[in-house]
Amino acid sequence: MNTDNPLVLGIETSCDETGVGIVRGTELLANTIASSMDEHARFGGVVPEVAARAHLEALTPTIEQALETAGVALADVDAIAVTSGPGLAGALMVGVGAAKALAVALEKPFYAVNHLVGHVGADLLRDDEGELELPTIALLVSGGHTSLLHVRSLTHDVELLGETIDDAAGEAFDKVARLLGLPYPGGPHIDRAAATGDPRAVRFPRGLTLPKDLEKHRYDFSFSGLKTAVARHVERMRDDGLDVPVADIAASFREAVADVLTAKAIAACRDLGVPRLLLGGGVVANARVRELAAERAEAAGVALRIPPLSLCTDNGAMIAAIAAQRIMAGHEPSSLDVAADSTLPVTVVQA
Amino acid sequence: MLLAIDTSAGTAVAAVAGNGRVLAERSTADTRRHAEVIGPFLAEVLAGADAEAAGGNADPLTGVVTGIGPGPFTGLRVGIAAARAVAIARGVPLLPVPSHDAVALDLIEGGVAAGRFCVVTDARRREVAVTEYAASLPVPSVVRSARLEPRLGFAPDEGVVLYEVTEIPATALAHVAAARLAAGATFPDPQPLYLRAPDVTMPTGPKRVTS
Ligand SMILES: [Zn+2]
Repeated sequence: MNTDNPLVLGIETSCDETGVGIVRGTELLANTIASSMDEHARFGGVVPEVAARAHLEALTPTIEQALETAGVALADVDAIAVTSGPGLAGALMVGVGAAKALAVALEKPFYAVNHLVGHVGADLLRDDEGELELPTIALLVSGGHTSLLHVRSLTHDVELLGETIDDAAGEAFDKVARLLGLPYPGGPHIDRAAATGDPRAVRFPRGLTLPKDLEKHRYDFSFSGLKTAVARHVERMRDDGLDVPVADIAASFREAVADVLTAKAIAACRDLGVPRLLLGGGVVANARVRELAAERAEAAGVALRIPPLSLCTDNGAMIAAIAAQRIMAGHEPSSLDVAADSTLPVTVVQA
Repeated sequence: MLLAIDTSAGTAVAAVAGNGRVLAERSTADTRRHAEVIGPFLAEVLAGADAEAAGGNADPLTGVVTGIGPGPFTGLRVGIAAARAVAIARGVPLLPVPSHDAVALDLIEGGVAAGRFCVVTDARRREVAVTEYAASLPVPSVVRSARLEPRLGFAPDEGVVLYEVTEIPATALAHVAAARLAAGATFPDPQPLYLRAPDVTMPTGPKRVTS
């Protein structure tokens, strides 16, 4: 195998995007994605069985399309990589089954890697910025996860500082959107509605930011209380026969989420003396989160990195990138009997 | 040579030569570890089969047979995903076969089943999946395609013998595909026989949080 600059095909099926990426070392050759998002729209959130069915249908066409985009043949690939967790169990298993079969049939090594570390590894594939410097704090936020990481090495040293103790931030966006009569997915629609609203119209609660919560949950997040507070507020207005100011509520809700996310991320940078923050996950599409992160990072002397959106949302290229890092660092392939692990801890970069 | 993969019950993988000889075979009735065991099973079976082909004792791989169920969805998908992947990796056609056909062929060839009979597998949630056949060779004829029935109280029509199994023989799955190929018969689409719509609860509008 080429271990200096390996050609790796990565498969990602942990949530609702079927992603296949092809990289050569840190060079991005293909990043092909089929999303089942539209199929979940009428349910107001990702339905695991619907996602798993869609992965099976999309997977081989997506692999073929990625190969065509990259201009390589399967036989040229040095290794096959896959997300083995964390994520939705039934969805993960489609990717794991296919990746193992590809590796065996091609007689290529198999690398099962961590989805969250993949989000950080996505930054390696950018060609618009200088190299990623480590250590860095990473804030990964999407419909499926809200995690704050301390990344000292992409191949073997990642620490979970905190995560959501209830809903993922993206889920909160979906639920509040529904409450306000906005479509799924909530993130972009809330963002749009919030653009003309007053973020100070309502002071919604910031979860786990009180001194007593900070003792135990300094870097953890909670959005369940916020969601309930928005619901209570809207219900009261409707009960009183008032028109709900959607733009103001959206802006105030978005402000609360952006405030907590960025405050905790910057606090981690300060506390740990790490002057670097990386954002990942679909939330980077949120204008206010980006803006507030940039503002606070600058004030704190923290260098902020935000990869392009196509690398921030779930994709197979980031999985291939992490496997390539492991290969270049001399790590052995994963065993062919590794399980899809819906709760794979972030400390396990490769299963 | 055909490679056959089925994960509609346990996990079964087999390689069968063009002359029908079984080259390698691995299986387990475990219904919880499909995504784990598919890797080692495929590696062992393909290594054995490829070695025979390289030594001139068998023909090279000409197709991948995939059992399309019915079966519990999460496990069923693992085998179909794997079969599709092997087919594109080796550049050979995918040959989808209903998993019950393999059981039916085994029962007929073993002299166990004759006349009308049905193959039954567990479908969870107190249901069974049932396919009804008429004994015929080289391919069993389907009288009534796969359907779900409540486990309690299900009885086949008079004169139809019921065979319930917990494993799908991958070798027989390959034999069904070989017989279809030889007869110039068509194959079904490579879609899983889910027989059930996905479990979803339609949103009823936001629930009130204040009373
Ligand atoms: Zn993700």
